[in-house]
Amino acid sequence: MPDTFNRKDLLGIEDLSVEEIVKILGSAASFREVAERDIKKVPTLRGKTIINLFYEPSTRTRTSFEIAAKRMSADAINIAVASSSIKKGETLKDTALNLEAMSPDCIVVRHGSSGTPQMLARYLKCSVINAGDGLHEHPSQALLDMLTVSNRLGGIEKLDGLRILIVGDVAHSRVARSNILGFSKMGAHVTVCGPPTMIPVGIEHLGCDVNHDMTAAVKDADVVMMLRLQLERQAAGLFPSPREYAKLYGLDSLKLKRAKKDVIILHPGPINRGLEISPEVADGPWSLILEQVANGLAVRMALFYLLLGGVKDGISNANKSLNPDGVRLLNLR
Amino acid sequence: MKRLLLKGGRVLDPSRSVDGLYDVIVFGGKVASIKASDDQASPSEAETDAGWEGIDCAGLLIVPGLIDIHTHLREPGFEYKETIKTGTEAAVAGGFTTILCMANTEPINDNGSVSRFIVRQGHDLKLANVLPIGAVTTGFKGSQLTEMAELQEAGCVALSDDGLPITDAAIMRRALEYAKGLDLTVISHAEEPALVAGGAMHEGDVSTRLGLKGIPSEAESVMVARDVLLSELTGGKLHVAHVSTKGALDIIREAKKRGVNVTAEASPHHLMLTDHAVSDYGTEFKMNPPLRAGDDRAALRAAIKDGTIDTIATDHAPHSSIEKDVEFDSAANGVVGLETSLGVVLRLVDKGELTLAEVIRAMTINPAIAMGLEKGTLQVGRDADITIIDLNKEWTVEPENFKTKGRNTPFAGWKLKGRAIRTIVGGRTVFELIA
Repeated sequence: MPDTFNRKDLLGIEDLSVEEIVKILGSAASFREVAERDIKKVPTLRGKTIINLFYEPSTRTRTSFEIAAKRMSADAINIAVASSSIKKGETLKDTALNLEAMSPDCIVVRHGSSGTPQMLARYLKCSVINAGDGLHEHPSQALLDMLTVSNRLGGIEKLDGLRILIVGDVAHSRVARSNILGFSKMGAHVTVCGPPTMIPVGIEHLGCDVNHDMTAAVKDADVVMMLRLQLERQAAGLFPSPREYAKLYGLDSLKLKRAKKDVIILHPGPINRGLEISPEVADGPWSLILEQVANGLAVRMALFYLLLGGVKDGISNANKSLNPDGVRLLNLR
Repeated sequence: MKRLLLKGGRVLDPSRSVDGLYDVIVFGGKVASIKASDDQASPSEAETDAGWEGIDCAGLLIVPGLIDIHTHLREPGFEYKETIKTGTEAAVAGGFTTILCMANTEPINDNGSVSRFIVRQGHDLKLANVLPIGAVTTGFKGSQLTEMAELQEAGCVALSDDGLPITDAAIMRRALEYAKGLDLTVISHAEEPALVAGGAMHEGDVSTRLGLKGIPSEAESVMVARDVLLSELTGGKLHVAHVSTKGALDIIREAKKRGVNVTAEASPHHLMLTDHAVSDYGTEFKMNPPLRAGDDRAALRAAIKDGTIDTIATDHAPHSSIEKDVEFDSAANGVVGLETSLGVVLRLVDKGELTLAEVIRAMTINPAIAMGLEKGTLQVGRDADITIIDLNKEWTVEPENFKTKGRNTPFAGWKLKGRAIRTIVGGRTVFELIA
């Protein structure tokens, strides 16, 4: 291995270098293979303790982190904190320090306030992985999205020059922010699309263009990523009705006709069928939505491996348990 | 009573356009005389007379005692954050001889008994002059006017529901009208709540990048426009607290040109910092109004120069770790400022953006005029509130050494030049920097 993955935490795509992203995706690609085995477990992180600390409800992401930890033979503990009790209960800092006193190796945190994983990382000696903070970042989602696209196209280098269209409530989407940062770092050209009420001021500074006309924007896209619409945004005046939203910014077969034949459709889930995406598109051959879920597992295994595996025993353990193909992928670039 | 002689210092008193080497004599708590410094005359006389106390001020700057018209002393109610004692100790250490304290205590200062409590505490401490600001509406509810005459009689020198705007335009109109009859200034915390809507920082590319909910500049300027027009309608005296945006400054500048009875303040943090400071979610950079964009900061500096901004006021807002050592969204707004204000603002003089006279004017006579105080001047016969400053004193902001209980400063670690080394209130030295 050339340089090592020298990081305590994974807080956001923003602070990752291209080399680090390549390394994570390469490593994740090799972990995909584990899911296809009869016995879906490698001993790499035996004896390590991983805590999933979730302050927001989550099924997909939490389960994905939990299964990833277990397939690496780590002990995974889930803590779900009802958001209603946060105010009354102990502070986040106290919770985190108490958990750390039990010497876990990693805390995976999801929280409704942006910047919370950054705050925890300052207090804690163990690794912190951001599983989504407020409207800020959701780095493992962007990594799995990049992995999904590069797998389909046959290599990470294929992301260079690709045209990515992200559609929906960009203002309230951490998935959008992480993906804009991630894909643009890899050389892709990102456009965000949605009603002006859902495009935050200065988003182009993250590395993207803005287009409010989806019908036009979909034409050039190699990848269309649909964001989940939160219906409660209607009350805040962000859109007049689900009907009009679906008409302008929902991906249906009519809009899809204007897209490239081999366009890739992504959605971080959970999907609103008939709202931002029509059933025939979600279930159609362009859709890699379930592939995203499978890749999410691989990306999270890779993150645990790179953050917790360490240089000393981690790599040798992994080399033992991975096939030669996996090792080759690790050395990509 | 001894006479006090401040000998050979550079006296800068913008209230009378004085700037030169003078000897200042203080007697009976008042400024007794200011005479051109003459090495041969009074000093030797003074030194031989046991009734004199002489202070060699050669190389030092002597200014009217600094005035801060916007502080939060937290007492009564939030003594764990600050007390009138720790707050005034911080004030005199920062060179302030007079401070006005906001009404958002517990109970709220919306009645004479709370005002009298604050005045008495301040008086008994014998440090800075502590002048309370009373509430505009009872309980800050924005619906019923306080007994403003009683508040005034109890010692309140201005009125504000600080921290909250008066959302009902009709109540704001009546407040300005009624206060006019008492010659009291109404201080506006100008923000349109519907546009703030839970925002945690300035709305711009930084808030977008950090995923923090933004507060648009217009949340401020919309309300400033309304209040300026209501002041124009009523003739009532309006003061706009902590102006942070270029848009609000333009409105105030135009209003002043039309002769509207409006004054305005800027805080040291808005003069020195921008929203980029928030980049690592540090809650010591969270306050309301939030740190704004670079254009806004530049406009604020220019507004001190052209007189649109009358005064620099700290909005000293001490909080404990309970309010600050939490998620950014949940953290309380506010930073401390009494002990850093002068040193921080002197940086703008060092950089040549403002003159020394402009800064001292904005911290002495201008705030006095805005609040109708007979302060902020070294005119003979007035209270001998005097601040002696060593402009060459280099020091580092160390929150752990603050007099205030608050450690929530955005300036920790800043290396500053210039500091108050002696603070005199009513002829008595209440603070002396131990070298």
